[in-house]
Amino acid sequence: MASASTSTGFDPRKHVGVRAERATNVSSTDFPGYYPDEDHSWSLEQFKEKLQVKVQRLSGRSIEFDLVGVDASIANAVRRILIAEVPSIAVEYVYVWNNTTVMADEVFAQRLGMVPLNVDPTLMEMKEAVTDQPTDRNTIVFKLAVTCERNKSAPKDSTDDSVRFVNSEVRAGHLTWVPQGEQGVVFAGKEPAPTNPNIVLMKMRPGQEVDMEMHAIKGVGKDHAKFSPVATASYRLLPLVLLNHKKPVPPELAHKFQKCFSPGVIRVDPVTNEVSVDEHNLRNETMSREALRHPEFEGCVELARMRDHFIFHVESEGPYAPERLPLESIKVMREKIATLKRAAEGLLVADSGDGDVQMADA
Amino acid sequence: MAETPPKIRLLKGAEQDLSAATYQIHNESHTLGNALRWMLMKNPKVEFCGYSVPHPSENHIHIRIQMYDHLSSLTALIEALNDLDTLFESIEDAYKASLANGSYEVWEEKS
Repeated sequence: MASASTSTGFDPRKHVGVRAERATNVSSTDFPGYYPDEDHSWSLEQFKEKLQVKVQRLSGRSIEFDLVGVDASIANAVRRILIAEVPSIAVEYVYVWNNTTVMADEVFAQRLGMVPLNVDPTLMEMKEAVTDQPTDRNTIVFKLAVTCERNKSAPKDSTDDSVRFVNSEVRAGHLTWVPQGEQGVVFAGKEPAPTNPNIVLMKMRPGQEVDMEMHAIKGVGKDHAKFSPVATASYRLLPLVLLNHKKPVPPELAHKFQKCFSPGVIRVDPVTNEVSVDEHNLRNETMSREALRHPEFEGCVELARMRDHFIFHVESEGPYAPERLPLESIKVMREKIATLKRAAEGLLVADSGDGDVQMADA
Repeated sequence: MAETPPKIRLLKGAEQDLSAATYQIHNESHTLGNALRWMLMKNPKVEFCGYSVPHPSENHIHIRIQMYDHLSSLTALIEALNDLDTLFESIEDAYKASLANGSYEVWEEKS
């Protein structure tokens, strides 16, 4: 397969083409039998040689890391598990003793479920069935008892609700943990609480009150999004700007060309006005395709993405430190593989027993 | 609730020697299906491999494997699972190594 754009270095095996109105060479082709006389069968040594994992940026709430040398199916598994299958803790049952506010019980209960909690899921067990009894191993109890009153010492002319009233807002910080059984020891030093105490859950007026009890359990995001440990978990492919060395950008248009890209991506030589690509800032390119709109740049540049270079961005919401999340995701994936392997080996044994395969009806 | 179906079962219509078979995997989705399909396609003895999610509200996937030379698709499946596990193990090791060497930007993010 000869590519028309050999002078830009576009490689259809490695690159995904980004044209003005279409994407090209999207699927990977590194499978046995795709190219004659080439071996693309699985080899751990070759995989390890190409694999690169590099953490780029880390904060207390998010992480950005590069995963290079893997197929999209692998990167996507990591991303999907982060969203839907890494467990976390959220309020599941709400027992309402009293609620004289304007918000209906079921609406408020739904809101309570969405509050992110700081409880480390490894310290708890999954409550598998609805019929399972709540125990100190699988349930965390919170109480919420808030009454709104008039603030008698407030100045007469004040208009601010937080000054005129006491508890005019129910906030996440009002949830108080009630230790059960041995939880006082297990959670010593790290008391279960919402990760952010300032989330406003409801507004109240004098005379209104809520009194309720909540049971928080361990769950996964595929059951309900409130159990998802991440705010976002996404990846994108590394952008590439491929300059055609046979047709350089005209020097008088160099600065116009530079402005077609994100800041820092294109360098212009101060003396010769020659354009070049800043490899370090390339990842910031938004791929707006602005350069492809101008006829004067036609043939000067080609845009592409690296098919096996995934830039992950994961924002933690809840108990996990962001750098721990990818590890948890891989742990869940390896557990899935182990479970299926055990079942498949069981099938192999059952099959070799009588030499007759057992097939299901469906 | 009805009894839980087996984790994996063989669907009707498979070859007696399992050289071509469709497996139904319970409680799995694209997450494992696509990764497993990719790893099976990396095996040169696999003639065809594809997976599907037959219905979005049914909690299972189907994976179809056809082999060359009358080899067993079940053996190939187990081999692919082993390889997939070592693949994720090496990603885990590489990630830990990158985190340990500490050459990344640490910044303060306001919530």
